[in-house]
Amino acid sequence: MEIDQEREKDFGVLLKQGAEARVYESTFVDRKAIVKERFSKKYRHPLLDSKLTLKRLNAEARCMTKARKLGVPTPALYAVDHLLHTLTFEYVQGSSVKEVLLDFGSHGVIEERQDDIAAQIGDAVAKMHDGGLVHGDLTTSNMIIQQGTNRLVLIDFGLSFTSTLPEDKAVDLYVLERALLSMHSSCGNVMERVLAAYRKSSKQWSSTLNKLAQVRQRGRKRTMVG
Amino acid sequence: MEKKLISIGFEGSANKIGIGIATLDGNILANPRSTYITPPGHGFLPRETAQHHLQNLTRLLRSALDEAGISPADIDCICYTKGPGMGAPLQVCAAAVRVLAKLWNKPLVGVNHCVAHIEMGRVVTGAEDPVVLYVSGGNTQVIAYSEGKYRIFGETIDIAVGNCLDRFARVLNLSNDPSPGYNIEQLAKKGEKFIDLPYVVKGMDVSFSGILSYIESIAPVKLESKECTEADLCYSLQETLFAMLVEITERAMAHCDTKDVLIVGGVGCNLRLQEMMKAMCAERGGRLYATDDRYCIDNGAMIAYTGLLAFAHGITTPLEESTFTQRFRTDEVHAIWREKSSPDVNNGSVNTIEEKTGS
Repeated sequence: MEIDQEREKDFGVLLKQGAEARVYESTFVDRKAIVKERFSKKYRHPLLDSKLTLKRLNAEARCMTKARKLGVPTPALYAVDHLLHTLTFEYVQGSSVKEVLLDFGSHGVIEERQDDIAAQIGDAVAKMHDGGLVHGDLTTSNMIIQQGTNRLVLIDFGLSFTSTLPEDKAVDLYVLERALLSMHSSCGNVMERVLAAYRKSSKQWSSTLNKLAQVRQRGRKRTMVG
Repeated sequence: MEKKLISIGFEGSANKIGIGIATLDGNILANPRSTYITPPGHGFLPRETAQHHLQNLTRLLRSALDEAGISPADIDCICYTKGPGMGAPLQVCAAAVRVLAKLWNKPLVGVNHCVAHIEMGRVVTGAEDPVVLYVSGGNTQVIAYSEGKYRIFGETIDIAVGNCLDRFARVLNLSNDPSPGYNIEQLAKKGEKFIDLPYVVKGMDVSFSGILSYIESIAPVKLESKECTEADLCYSLQETLFAMLVEITERAMAHCDTKDVLIVGGVGCNLRLQEMMKAMCAERGGRLYATDDRYCIDNGAMIAYTGLLAFAHGITTPLEESTFTQRFRTDEVHAIWREKSSPDVNNGSVNTIEEKTGS
């Protein structure tokens, strides 16, 4: 209890507790900001734990800034604290693509708006992939439509990594496809439009999409033995 | 009084042959088993393993029937492991049950080995709807039940965790008796120094082959230069592998919003793995359900019990379809018994399993 209160004081209001990190709403030099704290795992060997926590903290910070450099809107990174294992970044006002699409699902689809969102998703992912960056967790809850500008902002680079392999990019797209199918099948074929935009924006679209066809077939998983 | 349904189960997918007799309420009447143990430094090969199974089958069958105190006439169905597993050992049981089905005139039920592990774990521990970590010499999967099937949320993309441990035991020339994993666990208790090894988690999947190659290559060098001991290597390998397993299990728990974990499969008897998983569960306010070597390790009763669940819901395998297969995914099975209200579970009166090795 004491620890919890101390945390509240340090970082602000707890928004979400995940398996590896806690996300707080906070301020940074008078701006509204998000603090993402990676916490240590007691079950792990201390050496292994600090190695992994630091590695992932750095990787996330690097991937976030790299995506921004490639022209993909992401929250601006304000600070990295290696001692407290926190990232502090811009607070993006708006609702997630998940919320928007679920709203379409229950209140009817606004075609124009949905097309725009799908095109933005395809374009953003294409830019990342061409720059050798794989998001690793492309779900609709990790995309925010910024209030006012209607711009798509990608968040949560906790599973991101750099790779130029068509395989990794195809799996990235496959994860998105599965997420769209399982959550938003009532919105029609959003993925088709995402891929159309991807094809337009990516120079390496053909090798990635060929691989995607293969990944779809094997369902990413192997058939098991013994 | 209505007669209880009784089934007999034959398991022989890897280096153990087990014959178990169980009732629908989870009572185990007999569960003898025999393990094919190879000399240190060697793994088990399909042909020799199949021969071992063949030599022990009738002896185990007699002792199972004697122990349970029943005659073939009391049995309602004959269950066997249809897969996944090694071809030759699977064939021994598949052929044996066909003969018995004709001889005794009883229906057959083919069982998925992985699902049998899960059902055994559930009935022994009383866990209702946990996230399941299934870890053995052939499989590494994180599983949860959803809409009629056991879905695989994460798994190994190459070798199984038990295979990684077994093969490292061969590098150190550890004994395979009772199992290489057990001997690594004992040696690891003496380890002090943590050696940095690769850590490979990809989303909810894990990979072990690179870790094995790495430790196989550094082990002789580091042991030669006295930089570390064999115990340190076992300790570090366990710490790294198990941390990966706990991590993907936690991911699946967060995804499914489930608090409890059930560990099944041979590696599941490892107390260090159980300890780490318990610490993770405690942080999330959940519980760990684990069993000991009697139920974790492949046995006939788990096949008998799971087959009986299917049989009680009207599923049998016609003789023409009583084949076996090396590849049989957990999520291919329609777990019909989970859809309706499951039968009452009796946790108290499970007999011990006798491990009968050699001779």
